[in-house]
Amino acid sequence: MRLSDQVRFNTLVFQRYGVRTFLLLLAVGIGVASVILLTSLGEGARRYVDQEFSSLGNRLLVVLPGRKETTGGAPPIYGTVPRDLTLEDANALLRIPGVNAIAPVIAGTTTVARESRSREVITIGTTAGFFVVRKLDVGKGKILPPRADSEALAVCVLGVKLQRELFGAAPSIGQWVRVGDRRMRVIGILEERGESLGLDLRDMIIIPVRTAEQLFNSPGLFRIIIDLNVNTSIVDTEKRIRSIIRQRHEGEDDVTLVSQDAMLAAFGNILTTLTLAIGAISAISLLVAGILIMNISLISVSQRREEIGLLKAIGASSRQVRQLFMGESLLLISLGSITGIAFAFGSIFVASVLWPNFPLAPPVWAVPAAVGIALLAGLLFSIYPANRAAGLDPVLAMRGLQQ
Amino acid sequence: MIVLDSVNKTYQVGGTPLHALDNVTLSIETGEYLSVMGPSGSGKSTLLNMIGLLDHPDSGSYLFNGVATETLPEQELARLRGENIGFIFQAFHLINRLTAFENIELPMVLAGEPVKSRRSSVRQVLDMVGLGDRADHKPNQLSGGQLQRVAIARALVMHPKLLLADEPTGNLDSVSGKEVIEVLEQLNREGITLILVTHDRHIGKRANRRIRMVDGKIEKDERQGKGVKAERGERGDHAPV
Repeated sequence: MRLSDQVRFNTLVFQRYGVRTFLLLLAVGIGVASVILLTSLGEGARRYVDQEFSSLGNRLLVVLPGRKETTGGAPPIYGTVPRDLTLEDANALLRIPGVNAIAPVIAGTTTVARESRSREVITIGTTAGFFVVRKLDVGKGKILPPRADSEALAVCVLGVKLQRELFGAAPSIGQWVRVGDRRMRVIGILEERGESLGLDLRDMIIIPVRTAEQLFNSPGLFRIIIDLNVNTSIVDTEKRIRSIIRQRHEGEDDVTLVSQDAMLAAFGNILTTLTLAIGAISAISLLVAGILIMNISLISVSQRREEIGLLKAIGASSRQVRQLFMGESLLLISLGSITGIAFAFGSIFVASVLWPNFPLAPPVWAVPAAVGIALLAGLLFSIYPANRAAGLDPVLAMRGLQQ
Repeated sequence: MIVLDSVNKTYQVGGTPLHALDNVTLSIETGEYLSVMGPSGSGKSTLLNMIGLLDHPDSGSYLFNGVATETLPEQELARLRGENIGFIFQAFHLINRLTAFENIELPMVLAGEPVKSRRSSVRQVLDMVGLGDRADHKPNQLSGGQLQRVAIARALVMHPKLLLADEPTGNLDSVSGKEVIEVLEQLNREGITLILVTHDRHIGKRANRRIRMVDGKIEKDERQGKGVKAERGERGDHAPV
C-alpha cells in the first residue's frame, strides 16, 4: 500500500468519525501545548532574571559582611561574629583601579510621614554611586549629592508611588517630610520604573548613607555594590578587595564576594532545572492523551470489525492492517501536535503583547521534546489496538462476531 | 485449479464441537461453474472460506494452482488471495464512507498499484457491471442490486481467476438477483471459475456442477444431469465400523 493511499484512507476515516477525531486532536493538542507553554514559563523566568541582571550592567561585584562558606556538617557552635563592613571600608575600596562607582548600602524600613499621612517603606541609605550601579535616575529634581558619602545630610529621594501617596498632586521637590525621627528635604523623585530584583523602586526612599547610620543607629553596611570598568579583571579585583579588607580588619578578610556572573549562573541553574521539572510534569498530559488514543482505537477496532475482515478478504495481510491502524494513530498525533504547537505559539504571542516585560519563550528543546513524547506515546499505545485489529479472523469479523 | 484432500475443520460452538468440514475431498478445474447447496450449518460457507484461503484446515491438504497452501505464511496467503480470488458476499460488505469507485479500487490500493492503472481498471469493471455512471455514489445512494454489482466489480478489479460468491442474491429481490446471477454467469463464460453458495434451488440448478452438503460432508456431486456419488462411495470404504 502506498503512503499517499494510506494517508488518504486514514483521512477518510477521520472525516467519518469527525467528533471523535476532533476530541482526540484536542487531547493531543492540549498535551503538546501544555508542555510548550509551561516550559516557556520556566524559560521566561530564566530570561527575566537574565534581563534584570543585565539591566544592572554586567560588571557588578557585591561585597557582603561575614564570610559565607559551604562546609559539611552542622553550623559552627561558636558563631564567628563578623566585623561590620563600614563606610570607611567602602571608601577604601574606591581606591582600587578599575572601579567605576561604588555604592555602600544600608537597608531598613522606616516610617515616612507628611502632615497626617504616613507610610512604612524600605529605606536605602547610600551614596550617589548607587544611582550609577543600579542605573537609576530621577524623573524630577536631583540625585543625592556627592557629599552624601561623608555627611549626614537631611535630604531624600522618593519613589514615585511614595511621593504620590504623601503629596498627591501637590508639589514635592523642596518640601519637608518626616523620616523616622528626622526631618528631611525632598530633593528628587525617582523615574517611574517597576520592580527590580525584588525591590519595588516606586515605593521606597533613598537617603544619604551617613544619615541612615544615625537613623538606624548602626555603622554596619548591608552590602557594598561595586561597578567595575568594562575591561577590568574580576578575579584581580576580588584579590585586591580581599587584601584591603584584610588590612582594615586585623588580618581577616571576613567578607563574601559575589559577582554578578556567579549569581546569574546560580539562578540559571535553578530555573533550568525548574523548567525541566515543569516540562516533565506537563508531559504526563501527553501520556494521558496516549491512553485515550488507545481506548478510542480499541473502540474503533471493534466498530470496524467488518471492515477489517473485508480488507483481509480482498488481500490485506495482518501486517497491512496493523500498519493501517498504527498509521491512523500517528497521523492523528501529528495533526494534534501541529494544532498544539500553533496554539502554544499563538498564546505566547498574545502573552507577549499583554505582558511585554516578561520574555515568555519556549526553550529550544521544548517543541521537539513535546512532539517526540507525543509520537512515542501514540506509538506505544496504538500497538495493542493495532495488533488486535491485525489478529482478527476475517470470517468471524465479517459476520460481526466476537472471537 | 483447486484440490482439497481430506480436509477437516471443527468449530467449538457453545462447548460442543461442530464438524463444519468432515473429511472433504474435492477438485475443481479452471473455468468450472459450481454451485454449493445444503441446509444451514452444513458447512457450505466454511468450504467457501477454505477455498478462498480465509480459513485454515485443521487437517488435510489444499493445493491452489499447484501451490500447497497450508505451509504458506500469512502474508503470502493474503497476496495470493488478493491477486487470484474475488469474493462476493451476501451482505455486500462495502465501506460506507467510500464511493463506489473507491470501494472497487480498494484491492488495487492494498496491492500498491499505481494510480493510473487503478483508474482505468476501475472504469473498465464499472462499465462491465453497467454502473459507469454511478462511480461517485456512496453506498447509501445505491439500490441493493447496484450494491451487489459494485461488490462484483470490486471482486473483478484484480482480474482474479476464481470468483467465490456466498449467497450473492440472499439480500436481493428476484429481479436484481437474476441480474446479478447473469453478470456472474457471463463472467464464467469468459473463462473465470465461479463457485456459488446458495439456498435458492433455481439458481443452484443453473450451474454445470452441483454439490450438496449435509453435516460437513459432500452428499451429492453431480454434473449436468448425471449424478456422481463419488464422496459417498469413498467414504463408505473408510468408514469406521
